[in-house]
Amino acid sequence: MNLFIILFASIITNNIALTYFLGMCPFVTISKNITVASGMGIAVTWVMTITAIANWTIYHLVLVPLGLDFMQFLVFIVTIATIVQILEIMIDRFSPSLYMAFGIFLPLITVNCAILGISIFMVLRSYTLLQTVLFGFGSGVGWLLAIITMGGLRKWLIFSNPPKNFGDAGITAIIAGLMALGFIGFTGVAGL
Amino acid sequence: MSDSINLKVPSKGYKLFKSKSWVVFKEGLWHNNPIFGMMLGLCSTLAVTNLMSNALVMSLSVSIVLIANSLLISMLRKIIPEKVRMIAYMLITSTLVITVDMMLRIFMPQISKALGPYVALIITNCIIMGRAEAYAINNPVAISIVDAFGVGMGYTFSLMIISFFREIIGFGSVFGIKIIPASIQPLSLFTIPPGAFFALGIFILVINTIRNRGKEE
Repeated sequence: MNLFIILFASIITNNIALTYFLGMCPFVTISKNITVASGMGIAVTWVMTITAIANWTIYHLVLVPLGLDFMQFLVFIVTIATIVQILEIMIDRFSPSLYMAFGIFLPLITVNCAILGISIFMVLRSYTLLQTVLFGFGSGVGWLLAIITMGGLRKWLIFSNPPKNFGDAGITAIIAGLMALGFIGFTGVAGL
Repeated sequence: MSDSINLKVPSKGYKLFKSKSWVVFKEGLWHNNPIFGMMLGLCSTLAVTNLMSNALVMSLSVSIVLIANSLLISMLRKIIPEKVRMIAYMLITSTLVITVDMMLRIFMPQISKALGPYVALIITNCIIMGRAEAYAINNPVAISIVDAFGVGMGYTFSLMIISFFREIIGFGSVFGIKIIPASIQPLSLFTIPPGAFFALGIFILVINTIRNRGKEE
């Protein structure tokens, strides 16, 4: 039951983009085009799940026994950069068509704060491995859901004619606020 | 030139406003402001602006990391090989962030707890890497520091304005001191995440209106 709550909360009520504001830079810049947005979202979901597992293992099996847990941020970011690099090489080698579709997003993902955020939250909330897997996967799906919804909503902006001075980012922020209100409305069902 | 003219013009101040440092500083503070100019580092902007004290500590931490990072990268710019520069930036930034995070935990445990993971997330803040890549790697030490200082102050400026309005509307207080009488109900929408998005959107609208004032067709 606890596991289900973690999964549900990380997708909807504690959505990583809309309630913790992580991964905002790509959320604002990439969500213009729904195809690109979903490509980025799927890549983020994969990387998030894999790096959460890797960082959990390294944190609990190496850093804590050695008393090096103050080094966690440095180790996490190096792990993430390494995993992204390996994934990029592997995808390029085994599936060039997939590389053409997702390859361009992989280097960007290293500096996506949502990825590092997952690893830090996992330590702060002292999750077990299974909880970490669900949390990482759920957050990835939540981010994908948020960015696709945003891409879909932004497509209709040309018909609604918002004040010119909002610019792209301003109106995106207002839409994200309305979306966040909707997502938070589910808090009664399950929240962290 | 006669001396009398020189006396009338406050030459030192005049020089300051014409100097390259001032131009670079102003660029970071206003034209290339990280929040409304370049749209970078939005995660922390939205997350910490619910209270002014959080926003102040966060923006000072970011500014310190930004300045130290630009200083180090500019000093090492001839040594860092081009191919591994991203990794080099990340290692330098994470070391600085770990230091700042530990300082906050020791000296301001309360605020450190309120900021939670967002101090650690300075590592992936695009402002830091953006300034390293766009400026510090190609420029001498002194001017890189001025650039980092300008951008840091631009970030502080935006965060303070957003958090001032969020705190006064959401809690009726400024820096934790109640100034709106209790009989007026505060609008708590501005303390929760959706309010952060609305506040940012409105802030960008106001700033763009000021910036585009002279440019109407």
